[in-house]
Amino acid sequence: MDALSLHRIHFAFTVTYHYLFPQLTMGLALLIVVIKSLAIKTGEEKYDIAARFWAKIFAVNFLLGVVTGIPMEFQFGTNWSEFSRRTGGVIGMPLAMEGIFSFFLESAFLGLFLFGEKRLSRWMHWWSAFLVFVGSWISGFFIIITDAWMQHPVAYHVTPNGTYEVSSFWGLMLNPWAWLQYAHNMCGSVVTASFVMASVGALYLLLRRNEVYGRTFLKLGVISGVISCIMMIFPTGDLHAKYMAKHQPAAVAGMEGLFNSEAGAPLVLLGQPDVEAQKIDNPIVVNKVLSFLIYGTTTAEVQGLNQIPRDQWPTTLPLLFYAYHIMAGLGTYFLLLMGLAALLLWRGSLFTARWLLWPILLSFPLPYIANTAGWMTAEIGRQPWLVYGLIRTSQGYSTHVGAGSSLFTLLGFLGMYAVLSILWIVLVYNFIQDGPIAASVEAATNSGEAA
Amino acid sequence: MGTLWFWIVALMLVAYVVLDGFDIGVGIAYLFVARTEPERQQAMRSIGPFWDGNEVWLLAAGGTLFFAFPLLYASAFSGFYLPLMIVLWLLILRAVSIELRSHSAEPLWRTFFDALFTFSSVLLAIFYGAALANVVRGVPIGADDYFFLPLWTNWQPGAHPGILDWYTVTGGVLALVALSVHGSLYLALKTEGDLEQRARSFAMKAWPLLLVLTLAGLPLTVLARPHSLDSYVAHPVLFVIPCAVLASLLVVVLATRRGSAMTAFLGSSAYLATMMAGAVIGLFPVLLPAVGSEGRDITIANALAGSHTLHVGLVWWTFGILLAILYFSIIHWLFRGKVAQTAEGYGH
Repeated sequence: MDALSLHRIHFAFTVTYHYLFPQLTMGLALLIVVIKSLAIKTGEEKYDIAARFWAKIFAVNFLLGVVTGIPMEFQFGTNWSEFSRRTGGVIGMPLAMEGIFSFFLESAFLGLFLFGEKRLSRWMHWWSAFLVFVGSWISGFFIIITDAWMQHPVAYHVTPNGTYEVSSFWGLMLNPWAWLQYAHNMCGSVVTASFVMASVGALYLLLRRNEVYGRTFLKLGVISGVISCIMMIFPTGDLHAKYMAKHQPAAVAGMEGLFNSEAGAPLVLLGQPDVEAQKIDNPIVVNKVLSFLIYGTTTAEVQGLNQIPRDQWPTTLPLLFYAYHIMAGLGTYFLLLMGLAALLLWRGSLFTARWLLWPILLSFPLPYIANTAGWMTAEIGRQPWLVYGLIRTSQGYSTHVGAGSSLFTLLGFLGMYAVLSILWIVLVYNFIQDGPIAASVEAATNSGEAA
Repeated sequence: MGTLWFWIVALMLVAYVVLDGFDIGVGIAYLFVARTEPERQQAMRSIGPFWDGNEVWLLAAGGTLFFAFPLLYASAFSGFYLPLMIVLWLLILRAVSIELRSHSAEPLWRTFFDALFTFSSVLLAIFYGAALANVVRGVPIGADDYFFLPLWTNWQPGAHPGILDWYTVTGGVLALVALSVHGSLYLALKTEGDLEQRARSFAMKAWPLLLVLTLAGLPLTVLARPHSLDSYVAHPVLFVIPCAVLASLLVVVLATRRGSAMTAFLGSSAYLATMMAGAVIGLFPVLLPAVGSEGRDITIANALAGSHTLHVGLVWWTFGILLAILYFSIIHWLFRGKVAQTAEGYGH
C-alpha cells in the first residue's frame, strides 16, 4: 500500500478509536453534574452513591481518552507534516488553546473530583464535577474549531510561501460551521452517555438487582436521551445539513447518492451506490423528500454529482453513502426507542415493561456506531480535500516518512489498542457487576487505598 | 516577538521537565525503594493527584510550539517519527500502569503494573534525554526543510547521524540519572518511614554518578557540536548558567545531609531548569540546527507564525497560564504535606 493511504488509515484508525472515549465522557460529565445537583437538592443518599458509581466508570474512560488523545496531537506533525507546516498558523491556535484552557482545568479538577470528596465541602465537590464537565466541553469545542476550519476555511490569508495565517481571531472562533457542528456533536455525545446510563439501568432491572439504582439510571437516561435525540435531529442535524448543502454540495450529493441534479429530488432510504454506472442499485426511495429537507419545498433542485468535476468527487463515495445512512437510520431508531420509553415513563409503566427494557439494554453500542458514522460522513465527505478547496489530502502528508515506517507504527497502535480494549472491558464489566453500592462502600472505607 | 515566543515555549518545556520529571523519577526509583505493598501505595499516592496535570505541560508546550513555530513542529515531528511514536507508547503504558494498578487487589495484577510503571518510566527518561541531545547535536535537514532520522546509523554524530549515537545515549543516561535523583528526592519529601529513608539514600547513591555525567556533558557537547559554545563566547556572562548547574547539585547534597528535603528537591528542580537553560541558550536563535551541507538551520525567523496570530496568542496565553498556575496552586495546597503511611485521604 502507498504511503498516503497508510498515513490516512493511521490517522483514521487512531482518531476513531480515540473518540470512543470522549463521546462517553463529555456526555457523562454532564449527567454526573445532574446527579450531583439532585443529591444536593433532594439530600437523598442514593444520588451520592450513583455519582460515585458513574465517577468510577468516567475515570477509566477518561484515562483511555487521554492516553489515546495524546497521539492525536502528535500525529499532525508526525504523519501530516506538510499540512501542519502550511496551516499551523491557523489550526495551531485552537490546538494550543485546547491544551491551555481545557487540559489543565480537566486534569486538576478530575483529581479533586475523584480523590477529594472527603476533603471538600458538598458544594466544592459539586464545583469540581462541574469544572470537569466544563473542561471536557471546552476541549471538544477547540477540536471542532480545528475540524471546522478544515471543512469550511474562514478568516485566513495566504502568505507568499504558501502557508496560511489567521487574519481574524474572532472570525476563526465564530466560524458558523463550527457552531453547527459543535451543537450536533455534543448532542451525539449526550446520546451516547444517555444510552449507556439507561442500558445499565435496564440491566439492573432485568436482573432484579440494585433496583433502586436501576430505576434512577433508567429514568435519567431516558429523559436526557429523549431530549438529546430530538435536538440531535432538530434543530442541530437539520441546520448542519442545510449549511453543508450550501457549502459542500459534492459531499451532500455523495451522502445522498444523488448522481444527477434533480428538481424534487427523492430521498434514498436504502441502496448500493454503483459509482461506475453512476446510479443506485436496488433503491428504496421517497419521492421529493430530499428537496423538501434541504430547501423546504418539494420542487427545489438539488445539485447532483454530475455538476461537479470528477476530480472533486469524494474519493470513497460508497463508504460516504453508507456512513451517512447508518448515522441517519440509527438516529431515527434512537428517537423512536427513547420516545417510546419516555412515554411509558410518563405513564408509570416503564420499569416493569421488560419487553422494552431488553432493546434498551442491547442498544448501548449503537450510539457509538452512529457517532463514528457521523464523523466518517463529515471527514470522508470533505475528501478529496484536506482543507476544503485549499489543500488536497494528497498534498498534506509527511513525504519523508515512508510507507514502511507508517505501517510499523500503525501495527504498533493496533496492538496497543487491542490491549487497552481488553483492560477496558474487564474493568467496566467489574464495575457494573459489583454495582453502585459496592463502588460507594469501597470509595468510603477504602478511598486512600491506592492512587 | 519571535524571541518572546521562543522563551515561552522553552519555559513551558522546563516546567514540563521539572514537574513530570518528578513523577517519572518516582517511577524509576519505585521498584528499588518501595518494597512492600503499603510503601508502593504510598509512592503511588504521592503522585496520584499530580501526574496527569504535570503531563499536560507536555501537551500544552507541544501545542504552543505548533502554534508559534509551525515549520519546526512539522519538520521535527516528522523527522523524529520513530522515537516520538515510541514515546507515545511509553506514555500510554505509564498512564495505564499508574491508574489501573489499584483496580484489583490481586498481587499478580499489581506486580504486573508495578513492573510496567518502572519499565516505561526508565525508557521515557532515556528517550527524553536522547531527544534533547539530538536537538543540541543537530539533524541532517534537507533543502526542503525536512529530514528523517533512523533510530541508529554508525553510532557517531556527524553528517549522517541516527537518533542514537554515543552522544545522545550519554544524554539519555544523564536524563535517567537526573530524573531518578529528582524523583527520589520528591519521594523523600512526600513520604515517611522506611520509604523516605530508602528514597533519600537512593538519591545520595545516584548523586556522584550525576555529578560525573554532568561534568562530562560540557566537553562531550563541544565535541559533538563545536558551535554550541558560540553564545557563551559572545556573552561570557552566560557562564553563570553552568556555574548555577553545579551550585544546585551542591545544594542537593548539602540539603539532603542536613535533612532538609524541601531544599534538596528545589535544588534538583533548579538543576534540571539550569541544565535546560544551558542547552537552550547554546541553541538560540536556532531552533533546530542542521548538520551536513544541504539544508539550513530551522531558526526563530524562518519558522515563526504570522504576526496577528502571535499577538492574539499572547493575550490568551497569558490569561490561560495564570489560570493553570491557579489550578496547580489549589491542588498542591489541598494535597500538601506528607502522604500518610496508613491509607486515608487520597487515591481512588
